[in-house]
Amino acid sequence: MTGYRPVYIKLLMVMLVLVPVLLVSISLGLTIGSSGDFATAWLSLTGRGEPDATLEVIIWQLRWPRVVLAATVGASLALGGLVFQALLRNPLAEPYILGVSGGSAVGAILGILAGFGFFPGLALSSFAGSLAVLLLVLLLSGRKTGSSDSLLLGGVMVNAFCGAIIMFLISISQSGQMHKIIFWLMGDLSAAGADSLPLLLGVLPCFVLIYSLAQPLNLLLTGQDNAAAMGVNVKLVTPALLLATSLMVSLTVCQSGLIGFVGLTIPHILRLTVGPDHRILVPASILTGASYLVVCDLLARSLPAEGEMSVGIVTALIGAPLFIALLWRDRR
Amino acid sequence: MSDLLEIRNVSLQYDQRDVVRDVSVQIEAGEFFVIIGPNGAGKTTLLKSMTGLHRLTAGDILLRHRSIADYSRKELARSLAMVPQHINAEFPFTVAETVIMGRYPHLGLLAVESKSDLQLAEQAMAFTEVLHLADRRLGQLSGGERQRVIIARAICQQSELLLLDEPTASLDPAHQLRIMDLMERLRKEEQITIIMVSHDLNLASAYAGRLLLLNEGRVAALGTPGEVLSSETLEQSYGCRLHVDEHPLLGTPRVSLLPDKSMATGST
Repeated sequence: MTGYRPVYIKLLMVMLVLVPVLLVSISLGLTIGSSGDFATAWLSLTGRGEPDATLEVIIWQLRWPRVVLAATVGASLALGGLVFQALLRNPLAEPYILGVSGGSAVGAILGILAGFGFFPGLALSSFAGSLAVLLLVLLLSGRKTGSSDSLLLGGVMVNAFCGAIIMFLISISQSGQMHKIIFWLMGDLSAAGADSLPLLLGVLPCFVLIYSLAQPLNLLLTGQDNAAAMGVNVKLVTPALLLATSLMVSLTVCQSGLIGFVGLTIPHILRLTVGPDHRILVPASILTGASYLVVCDLLARSLPAEGEMSVGIVTALIGAPLFIALLWRDRR
Repeated sequence: MSDLLEIRNVSLQYDQRDVVRDVSVQIEAGEFFVIIGPNGAGKTTLLKSMTGLHRLTAGDILLRHRSIADYSRKELARSLAMVPQHINAEFPFTVAETVIMGRYPHLGLLAVESKSDLQLAEQAMAFTEVLHLADRRLGQLSGGERQRVIIARAICQQSELLLLDEPTASLDPAHQLRIMDLMERLRKEEQITIIMVSHDLNLASAYAGRLLLLNEGRVAALGTPGEVLSSETLEQSYGCRLHVDEHPLLGTPRVSLLPDKSMATGST
């Protein structure tokens, strides 16, 4: 039958492309940098060539945690965008634009000020922050989840408010553990350390849960009542998806700061290339989001002649024009 | 005959307003049942409540003598399919992808369709004559085509009851007849029970086995078209002048509107 291809064949085709892309991105992320040229690093990585202790430390102690963090953050943000877009039936929804990322950052900073440890204190306060913002945005947009304007306006305002709170909290605290304001506002992966990696495992159950709800997400796209009448337990599925998404976003934001537009860029490009089926889009968003942020971070640390810039600058430079283009097309 | 669906003393509130008041109806398997009534009479609310979407303030709805509240969502969707007035076509699913979604209540956790699911979708599309549109996107279709796609999706759900919310609204006469004939064929050939909300009294009269006239949430009349469609009953519910006579070809009641203007010209 035309117009339909079995889901596993599509999935296989998509995997055959995206898994190698992720592997290549990770290899590039590990081998390119200010110390050692690409060829030496590659030889060291594959276990051939002269053993170079310094380079190995750089690769495994510095670059590896950073690449893993970038991949996890990218995957979570892309998937978060995908889920919000489907639940709110709005292709412009995204954790950063909705202010959910901002809420997690405020929660995380309050957690640091209160002297919480990384786990569970900081993770929980960050999660609470993202949930609070999510509820606020949903309330602001009213029951009509289809209305773009009120949703985006609510999100923008909440986001600006969170930004102000972040700057306020950091400027009144003398605490040395707070890094820089720019870390929270523009997103930065340079703080990645091997000790924070175990927390990232927390996103895996969220990935699994969201993937298991991929078909309900498809049905929800046609409307809530519609999905319910077709057998989706909307009252259970919607909160489960919102909770999983908030958890995943807050776990990553408290280690990376605010990185915008990944959740907008990736699902949008994927819908254009692999179609609207979430049974494909969920794994594809995870893989592409991960590759995308690894490459963006590579650009962020290798483009400037000296030092590095925040990865959030790179994602915003790519994502913001796309957002405007989508908004423009929507209005016409 | 056994009752398929029993609506027992059902009342419903919406935004603290009584929308449905103490409605009781029994619908038997194989019926063509049409709900009519003025705007705001509670027709769509009553229809939606049959899918368990609204919380009842009183009464109960029983499907095969068991309250629909005791069914799981998937279980209910296997017995009862809804054809809504509109579905969101903003996301670019193809017609085939949309129709096969009807298999959802029959699938396992990961919702992977098998070959037999694919065949059922093809049959459903052939039945509603949209097979040639299989690879088109939903947003590219005309109103009549889209309605037939949604009906195909509901058929693909393989339920014994089909609920339709004004399926002929905003369609031209040819498409209206096509949809109604489709329903009649489904009822006769597949023994599917049809429950439909309609504003078109003449279509209702021509196709329905029984009619339910709702007014202000209450049952104003219930019975065959001949029993329900009298000018007295209709004028009381609709609050306008309606003339009823016998259709010269079908023998069923025919309802005509009587504009004030024509009365004026008629008298001079």
